[in-house]
Order: sequence, then structure tokens, then C-alpha cells
Amino acid sequence: MNKKLLSGPYTLWMIGFTIIPLALIVYYGLTDRSGAFTLANIIAITTAEHSKALWLSLGLSFVSTLICLILAYPLAMVLRAKGVGQGSFIVFIFILPMWMNFLLRTLAWQTLLEKNGVINGILTTLHLPTQNLINTPGAIVLGMVYNFLPFMVLPIYNVLVKIDDNVINAAKDLGANFTQVLLRILLPLSVPGIVSGITMVFVPALTTFVISNLLGGSKILLIGNVIEQEFTKGSNWNLGSGLSLVLMFFILISMALIAKYDKNGEGSTF
Amino acid sequence: MSKKIDFIKRFFQDFYLVIILIFLYAPIATMTVLSFNNSKSRTQWGGFTLKWYTQMFSSDTIMTALYNTLLIAFLSSLIAVIIGTAAAIAINGMKRVPRTIFMGITNIPMLNADIVTGISLMLAFIAFGISLGFKTILIAHITFNIPYVILSVMPKLKQTDKSTYEAALDLGATPVYAFFKVIFPDILPGVLSGFLMSFTMSLDDFIITHFTRGAGINTLSTLIYSEVRRGIKPSMYALSTIIFFTVLVLLLITNFAPKKKI
Repeated sequence: MNKKLLSGPYTLWMIGFTIIPLALIVYYGLTDRSGAFTLANIIAITTAEHSKALWLSLGLSFVSTLICLILAYPLAMVLRAKGVGQGSFIVFIFILPMWMNFLLRTLAWQTLLEKNGVINGILTTLHLPTQNLINTPGAIVLGMVYNFLPFMVLPIYNVLVKIDDNVINAAKDLGANFTQVLLRILLPLSVPGIVSGITMVFVPALTTFVISNLLGGSKILLIGNVIEQEFTKGSNWNLGSGLSLVLMFFILISMALIAKYDKNGEGSTF
Repeated sequence: MSKKIDFIKRFFQDFYLVIILIFLYAPIATMTVLSFNNSKSRTQWGGFTLKWYTQMFSSDTIMTALYNTLLIAFLSSLIAVIIGTAAAIAINGMKRVPRTIFMGITNIPMLNADIVTGISLMLAFIAFGISLGFKTILIAHITFNIPYVILSVMPKLKQTDKSTYEAALDLGATPVYAFFKVIFPDILPGVLSGFLMSFTMSLDDFIITHFTRGAGINTLSTLIYSEVRRGIKPSMYALSTIIFFTVLVLLLITNFAPKKKI
């Protein structure tokens, strides 16, 4: 009875501000300025300028995701070994930066990396040559890793902490060494968390335009920058929407991966 | 012997934790220190000062942006809590298929990339003929806040006992009265954490605001972005420090507030 009424505002809201907007991106992406159907906006991804940006984005976000995974897995294992419970303070401080304004986190790295920034200042005081740190792909990767590391730590930790100690002890009793325990028990059981973490890092890294803008200068364009400029400066919304559709293709792949490997939402962040 | 290995193992574990902690917090600490630095240089300590803070508080642009940010965060969380809690109650009572559809739609804003959400909303506002400004930022923030409210209220709803509510109805309570007397106190912690999480998300958002704001209105995030591209001023560090500690306090409250004993 009145239960149906309660979902009314939400249903209207989601149709108006989630479903219609997404449909509009599809509409704009598949039409030209006059409103006629075209695939030109999607094919535009193959032009030299755009495909370069897409490959660079894919490359940098792949590297960042990999580094995050390599850093986060041992961290999650250590946290698990310390036997600190979920919601404990130690876990909290590793997750905390996730909730910090990422603009500020990026700003912080800009301060450190700039030509007359903190790191070069320290190098000068030590009479070492200053380094060209900012406006390089390396700076962007660093920014991505810094920004998204907690998104990798949390899901992996959430999965690891649920693994029963007895399973590991049983393996050890049967003669398994550390590597075997890691490869045959911990890794297979933490797949949902790893997949979830990879998605949580890869999608925002792939679509960012802020990190590349602040740490990469204006010369390094990622696909996010290209799209952002189409909407804020170039005002070719059809092209921007078409390129967004290409991006959404990658987002959908990651959602499908999550649905496949993390069926029960064990590795979910929230 | 094994004690020694154990000790070495422990040492490496702690060492690793500390390294990551330094990596995570050194940049933020640097900004905090620089916000008190009397010299404009980023490498020299010119003595302790609060002048960047006074400069910040006397700047009209920053104060207007702060006002907008807080107002949007408060209003969007409040409206999201009302719509989201109602939706959670409705979804909880649904059959399997509609429930799956609703939860799927709820997940869209959370899983989608912010840039796509931002662009799609901007296109929709223009299509609906709503001019970009305060209103559109507010609507956008409500949109991405509702899922967080639903996801924090849902688990609490699952724990409530349906029969107490039905008993209240049998004893003559109106549905609204029974809801506020029986169900609401049980789900209140979920509602509150949904509110605080929405508030934090709204304070934090940049990308979606960037696309849905019109010219002439700024939140702190968009202000910082446009300022930073012109070169960092120390008052930005002061602002960052304040935002950092505000969020820290909010999160400490949500995570470690003394739980009421039952």
C-alpha cells in the first residue's frame, strides 16, 4: 500500500537525474549537431590525437593500478597479521585519505614536485642537482597511486580479514611454506577483493582529468582532459559524448568483472 | 632462533606500515606546515604565522565559496536522507525482482565515473531548461548522495523486527506514528551515518560540481581548482588544512562515536 508511495520520489529522481542524463549522453554521442544519426563521434577515437590520449590513459592507469596492487596487498596482509579488527583505528588511518578531497591531495603533490617545490628545495640544500619532476608521466602515475591506493587497500583487507586462521594453520600443518600459503590459499580466496580494488583504482585513474592537469601540465593530455575540454572549452558536446561512450565501454567491462568475481559483494568498499 | 625470525618479521611488518604511512601523510603534513609559514617560499621556514588564515577568512571569494559548500552539503544531505530513507523502506519491502532492479539503479552513480555522471547531468539540466547554478549543483549532489543513504539504512532495516511494527498497528497506532515510534529509532544510526557520509561526499566533490555549476558560483573545490591553475597561494594551504581537519573530525565521529549500548 503506502510502501509503494515511499519509493515514488526516489523513482522519479533516479529517472530524471540518472537514467535520462545517461540516455542523453548516448543520444548526443550518436548524433551530429543537426541531430542526425552518426557514428562519427565514436569513430573519432581513432584519430591520432584522440587515440594517443586514450592509449596514454590506459597505459598510465594500468601502471598505477599495478603499483597500487603491489603496494596494497602486502599492506593488507600485514594489517591482517597484526590481528587488528575491522573498524579499528590502525585500519582507519590507512583508509582515511580516501575521504580527503582529492583536489587537495593532488595539490599537495604539486607542492612537493614543482620546479621550486619542496623536493627540489631539499635537493638544493644538499647540493644535489634539481630534478625535473613535474609535468612528466611519472608525476601523473605518482598522483594516481597516491590518490587511489586506499581504494585498493580497503577491499583487499576486507576480504583477507574474513579468511579463517584455521585454514592457513591447516595448510602449514600439512607442510605448506609461506609461498604456498600465499599462492594456494590467500590469493585465490582474495580474488573478489582484488578485482574490486582493481576496478576502484582503474576507473577513476582512466577517467581523471584533474591529476593530469595539475601534475602533468598542459602538454600531457589524457582522454579525461580531451572530454573535459570538449565540454568546457571546445563545446562540441556530440564529440565529447561520443568519447564518453568509449570510456563507458571500459567502465562497463570493469562492472562486468566485478559482477563475475565478486558475486556476494564481499570485496565492496561500502 | 624462531623468536629471532619472529622479531625480524615483526620489524619488517612495522617498517612497511610506517613507510606507507609516511607516503600517505607526508604531503598533507607538508601543506599543513606551509600554511603556518611566514615566508612565501616553499623551501624556507620564515617563522610561524597565522596571516594566511586571517587572509583566508577576510577574503570574500573564499568565504562565499565556503558558505556555498556548507549550504549545499547540508541541504543535499538532508534531502538525500529523506528521499533515501523512504526509498530504502520501500525497497526493503519489495519482491526480489523489483528489488534487484532498484538496487542496480542505486549502484549506477556509485560505480560510474564521476566525469560521466557530471557530463550527463549537465546535458540533462540544459535539456530540461534549468540554468546552471546553485540549484543544479544541489540537485547533482542529492543525486550522488542518495545511494550512500540507501546503503547505510538498508542493513539497519534488515535487522528490524517486522512484528513489532505490526503489533503497534494492531494496538491502534497509525502507520506514521508506528513508524516513528517503532522503526525509526532502530534505523536512526543508519540514517545518521548516511547523513554524515553524504555530507562528507558533498564537501569532497569536485568533478561533478565542476560540470554542473554555472559561471559565477564556486564551491571550495572549484575555487581551489581555478586558483591553483593560476599558481598556488599560501592561503590555499590554510584552506586545505582547515578542510582536512574538518573532514578528519567528521570521519572520527562517524567511525568512533560511542555506540549506544542495548
